[in-house]
Amino acid sequence: MPEWIDAILLARAQFAFTMAFHIIFPVFSIGLASYLAVLEGLWLWTGRDVFLQVFKYWLKIFAVAFGMGVVSGIVMSYQFGTNWAVYADKAGPIIGPLMAYEVLTAFFLEAGFLGVMLFGMGRVGKGLHYTATLLVAIGTFVSAFWILSVNSWMQTPQGYGVNEVGQFIPLDWWAIIFNPSFPYRLVHMVIAAYLTTALVVGGAGAFHALRGRAHEGSRVMFSMAMWMAALVAPVQVLVGDAHGLNTLEHQPAKVMAMEGHYQSHPDGAPLILFGLPDQDAGRVNYSIEIPRVSSLILKHSLSEPLAGLDTIKREDWPFVPIVFWSFRIMVGLGTLMVGLGLTSLFLRWKGRLHEARWFHGWALAMGPAGFIAVLAGWVTTEVGRQPFTVYGLLRTTESVSPLASPAVATSLIAFVVVYFIVFAAGMFYLLRLMSQPPHRIEEGPRGEGPLRAAGITPGPAVQSPRAIPQE
Amino acid sequence: MGVSFDLTTIFAFIIAFAVFAYVVMDGFDLGVAMLFPFFPESHDRDVMMNSVAPVWDGNETWLVLGGGALFAAFPLAYGILMPAIYMPAIGMLLGLVFRGVAFEFRWRTVRGRFVWDFAFFGGSLVAALCQGIALGAILQGVVVSGRAYGGGWWDWLTPFTLLTGVAVVAGYTLLGATWLVMKTSDDLQNRAFGFARIFAITTLAFIVVVSLATPFLEEAYWLRWFAWPGILITAPVPIAVAAVAFLLFRAILNRREYQPFLLSLVLFFLCFAGLGVSIWPYVVPGRVTIWQAASPASSQMFMLVGISILVPIILIYTAYAYWVFRGKVDPAGGYH
Repeated sequence: MPEWIDAILLARAQFAFTMAFHIIFPVFSIGLASYLAVLEGLWLWTGRDVFLQVFKYWLKIFAVAFGMGVVSGIVMSYQFGTNWAVYADKAGPIIGPLMAYEVLTAFFLEAGFLGVMLFGMGRVGKGLHYTATLLVAIGTFVSAFWILSVNSWMQTPQGYGVNEVGQFIPLDWWAIIFNPSFPYRLVHMVIAAYLTTALVVGGAGAFHALRGRAHEGSRVMFSMAMWMAALVAPVQVLVGDAHGLNTLEHQPAKVMAMEGHYQSHPDGAPLILFGLPDQDAGRVNYSIEIPRVSSLILKHSLSEPLAGLDTIKREDWPFVPIVFWSFRIMVGLGTLMVGLGLTSLFLRWKGRLHEARWFHGWALAMGPAGFIAVLAGWVTTEVGRQPFTVYGLLRTTESVSPLASPAVATSLIAFVVVYFIVFAAGMFYLLRLMSQPPHRIEEGPRGEGPLRAAGITPGPAVQSPRAIPQE
Repeated sequence: MGVSFDLTTIFAFIIAFAVFAYVVMDGFDLGVAMLFPFFPESHDRDVMMNSVAPVWDGNETWLVLGGGALFAAFPLAYGILMPAIYMPAIGMLLGLVFRGVAFEFRWRTVRGRFVWDFAFFGGSLVAALCQGIALGAILQGVVVSGRAYGGGWWDWLTPFTLLTGVAVVAGYTLLGATWLVMKTSDDLQNRAFGFARIFAITTLAFIVVVSLATPFLEEAYWLRWFAWPGILITAPVPIAVAAVAFLLFRAILNRREYQPFLLSLVLFFLCFAGLGVSIWPYVVPGRVTIWQAASPASSQMFMLVGISILVPIILIYTAYAYWVFRGKVDPAGGYH
């Protein structure tokens, strides 16, 4: 192995890889669980069959995606101990109880009622089934609450002390849970989940429309998704802005990296649109700048001074090129989402929402945009936190397990191989499910019909040919 | 061996409870999957998988609680033990990935179904084996230097850990077979009775061998089990195992439907209690006691409040979920 590959780099690569695969599933589950609760609620309220069709359609997709989220999440919960044992020892007294609360209040709730939600429609009454759906949706939100509290505490720690063996110990749980960046991060992330899901649902609806197969169910879900995008994407811009100002207050180095501000600007800082950050030289090459606009955005004044990374010790710099670009990817996609949402309003007003093929093409192209934006945003905030695990207090290099490089390399390769096999298959099944429009008689997760006429047994007499499309 | 009920002791029992809940509940899920090769008919496999499909996710959550509570209440032990069992822990996680996704992937394809049948079986086998190996690796002792693991990345691999690995596979398969006896009927149930008998014999044989091997690992285990007056407390455990084994065989031979599974649970409980007797009061055997590894009282107290309120509620709605899917799996239509 080349000598620059050490156990720390491998452990970081492993965490980044397994986390990047994991994060997209809970994001989708949070949004989809809420969407399913809305659909089932609308069905119970209006009695219109189309809502049940769309509910069952997305329920199958939810079952597949949720399973992938569960299995990749368990990996995360144990990775603290296997690869980041020193961090686990030091931060355990604070992080551990928060994660235990996530298990107790969210994971059990989701898991306990998931079975009833997926398979229980014929076994419990409508009210109880709807309760199960609601509880699963609430569980996904509660899970986001706790894990984002944990993540935020690592970004903006407070309410802690340090004991004689160097462990962080809790002094004020309220201050720990509701640390300064938590409310912003929570709202930003939950909206991201809703937006991501809306784009996936809208992309599927647009695909059916483009293929000339959009019947009532596809139109209903496309319309609902575009409402969501139109209402929520602009809100996300405002929330993102507030989150950025909060970061400027508590983690200025991260904002400097996002902006590409290696230098301080005493008379108003320029907004660098694009450029090539050079970390060694400490400058951004070939930059395209708008003078003073960064000060306008961050300080709401054209001439307000803005400090750069030159005010911060070199060893505390985050790696700017990654943060700089991931931030631009997130913002660029967010802008496109706002555009999509506003265009949908215009087309809806003109009565052409379900006819404009160019718009369906755009909506289809935006289908995965939410996932990419979430990943880019997560990279921005996590790489921007470096070189610390607990910001300003515990360095990443001091957090790692005392493991030999070959052990970490072996497990990293195993994760890469297994994840590519398993998640490629999962993606394939998800896309195949989404490629089909919802049908009037939509099966459940085991191929059973809505009136329980069909069984789970594969066989011509009981299984609809649509249960396994396009084999 | 004094047991005083301070906060840390309470947490040792809470974690023991979570781990035991995981072992028996996911144990039968994994066991059902490990019986897949003996039931080549696709229809039988439909029924077997659907007998656990509505509850497996909740069962697996106890593993997350066990690990999470260990992290929170004994962070030092978590930080020492996880690197010590690095390879089996990663192996278990990857096995659980294959097992978990198979529950839904299997129903999304006909042509590729055999792949996910194999993933369901293979993932469960690897997970069970790795759990048993991890148990053996912790039991045989790990090298500690300072506040960290000080051994190598292959320390976990010894004849003893392989023995405990295979023992756990056998035990889980017994749970799976007796679960199927309870949840299925006709031909499938008949064959499940046969496997219950085979794996009851195998499991008991492993219990005997592991029990005989353990006291030779460490003098402390020997003294705990055989020195006077400790033997007064320890002697009833093997006697109870023998009694439960007798009842288990009788129940299987008399073709009782519920008793074999329930008695298997009791058997697991006795083995688990035996392990507890061996290890107490250490969390890293022979090196770190629960008090040395404990997180501050403010951490434990904060969690205890949540656990006291939430675990009873969790147990109630978990029982409800089992109740909704009670009875035999309808071979024609899943749970409908």
